[in-house]
Amino acid sequence: MSSNGNGGRAALTAGLARVRRSAYLKRLMWPLLVLAALIVVNIAVTGFDFILPSVNDGRLGGAFVNILRRSAPLLLIALGMTLVIATKGIDLSVGAVYAIGAALACQMIMESGNQSSLGLVLTAVALALAVTALIGAWNGVMVARFGIQPIVATLIFMIAGRGIAQLITGGQIPTVDGSSPYTRLGRGAILTVPVPIVIAVAVLVLLALLTRRTALGMLLESVGGNPEASRLAGIRSKGITVLAYLVCGLCAGLAGLIGSANLASADANNGGLWIELDAILAVVIGGTSLLGGRFFLLGTTVGVAIIGTLDDTIINVGLSSQWQFTAKALVVFAVALLQSARFRAWILGPFTRGPSAEAPPETDEPKEVAAP
Amino acid sequence: MLKKTLAGIGAGALLFGLSACGGGDDGDGGDGLIVGFAQVGAESAWRTANTDSVKAAAEADDRIAELKFVDGQQEQDRQIEAVRNFITQQVDVIVLAPVVETGWTDVLQEAEDAGIPVVLADRGVEAADEDLYVTRLGSDFTEEGRKAGQWTVETFADDADGTRILELQGTTGSAPANDRKTGFFEVLDAEGLDYELVDSQSGDFTAENGKSVMETFVTTHGLDGIDLLYAHNDEMGLGAIQAIEEAGFEPGVDIQIIIVDGSAAGFQAGVDGKLNYIVECNPAFGAQLMDVVVQVEAGESVEKFTPVEEGVFTADQFEAELPNRQF
Repeated sequence: MSSNGNGGRAALTAGLARVRRSAYLKRLMWPLLVLAALIVVNIAVTGFDFILPSVNDGRLGGAFVNILRRSAPLLLIALGMTLVIATKGIDLSVGAVYAIGAALACQMIMESGNQSSLGLVLTAVALALAVTALIGAWNGVMVARFGIQPIVATLIFMIAGRGIAQLITGGQIPTVDGSSPYTRLGRGAILTVPVPIVIAVAVLVLLALLTRRTALGMLLESVGGNPEASRLAGIRSKGITVLAYLVCGLCAGLAGLIGSANLASADANNGGLWIELDAILAVVIGGTSLLGGRFFLLGTTVGVAIIGTLDDTIINVGLSSQWQFTAKALVVFAVALLQSARFRAWILGPFTRGPSAEAPPETDEPKEVAAP
Repeated sequence: MLKKTLAGIGAGALLFGLSACGGGDDGDGGDGLIVGFAQVGAESAWRTANTDSVKAAAEADDRIAELKFVDGQQEQDRQIEAVRNFITQQVDVIVLAPVVETGWTDVLQEAEDAGIPVVLADRGVEAADEDLYVTRLGSDFTEEGRKAGQWTVETFADDADGTRILELQGTTGSAPANDRKTGFFEVLDAEGLDYELVDSQSGDFTAENGKSVMETFVTTHGLDGIDLLYAHNDEMGLGAIQAIEEAGFEPGVDIQIIIVDGSAAGFQAGVDGKLNYIVECNPAFGAQLMDVVVQVEAGESVEKFTPVEEGVFTADQFEAELPNRQF
């Protein structure tokens, strides 16, 4: 199947695979360097406490662990977004879907008599996930079946979604008792590791395995690279696209659950506001091209860590709130430039001896292949 | 004896007031005023409470015959259309809560040409259109900040080693955030309080950001030696309270907390002893609005800006006030 689908790529030698792996690492290197630089800045300002975890109430804490915990919803959404972008799509509705998932679960739990019932919480979570997956699938159908441009198709729910969330909550902010098991999703810990981190890492591993250990990843990339050629090669492009949007919606819903569980309330207006933009940013920082056809889940993860750390850095360095957006823009600018092989060649050109120092971007790209 | 005299004077004044109003109404043909109200939308609990208050006040007020209510759904087009309809229907007074500040010149001019006075509620319009409305009834955000500052000065006057303050600002650049900050520090500086602003960041008026910024404050500065948290609204304050609790501290005790707004959730936190002072940002100005509407229609001169009556609440008042909260 995979060899048919991608013109014999599965016949690649082990040597070639190694080259690609190193290229993959190279692509990860720049975002990792930026992340490291941010961490160094924070340590310089606030001391090693920044990076060292501490245990508080049976839960890992400390500045950096907090950043990772708070970044979990963004990571989930960015992972879903990565898959969608791999199909040459984009999903602008994730922030609104986040709000819908949060509103559904919180409203249902609040309206019931016994908030500490585990069965109720599980039902609410299942309902929220089912609805958000359905919304994701709907986006996918609009794109794949009806050929509506992704940015337009998902814009509909981006605009309408918060209205729907408001209808669910009746314009109020539903709150859940702090004692309800629901809040464990956002505040709890498993073996001292905060639950949001556990969930986000589990989803990351699951998606990585699904896309890199099965043919799914290659199919995604092939659909994103050239849907028509993929279809002619026997790949069910439309099904793959719908699946990507469905997973993205599901991830957004899960993120909404974690976010609202953390606050024990769901704000239909502000929950997950503009998170779609941060998610797209994280995907791009991580080296996934918006042109589709290739994607890097690990890169996205590093991108999310950069964005999360950046917010803290601005506070730690003592910049005022007005600087927040400017600082973010500067870092993204730096990462984007560093990732550009042409920019690096232009800057480093005078200092390198051979022309082989930087391969042209075309051959630099680690077109990954799913192992059979 | 004195009490009785005062009561008599009060009753007399009340009667006089009532008859004065009645006389005004008669002049308009009897059955009270018809008021058109173009509301922003239903974008927040505060706004919903505001709408309910205005509707209830109009219902209860004998001087008002009818309130024509239009929900603008946060779109200026709908509001402009609503105002035009009010003009066609020849209502007595138009109340407008403009969703944005600009773009009102034409329709306000039309209202003026039709001889219908316009009262702005809550939000304002750009200064160029100042002549096209009679008055604005709304919150004085600077005054809210001053009230928070006043309590701070009184509470920490004896703090020998200086008062160390954290601040959670509202959305960067928004009027409530700017003014609540300005008013607060204006009083602190004027009263000569020995304070240090340890950190001040935007929490964007949301619980989510309030909590995450507070978490960072805790890891960066610690909470030992921090005396006060000043949160520009209660959503951020409530988020920060969670962060403080999760860090193993006791909000309201280890660190004193002021919030502005005063929703039911905020008061509940106060009753639970998790915060110390609430400055009200009052959406329930329906009754006051009706007074202004009647004054304006009668042609009485009113100030260009009428501040909404807003209270402050200390820890011993939270429990009694909680049942009165409407949002």
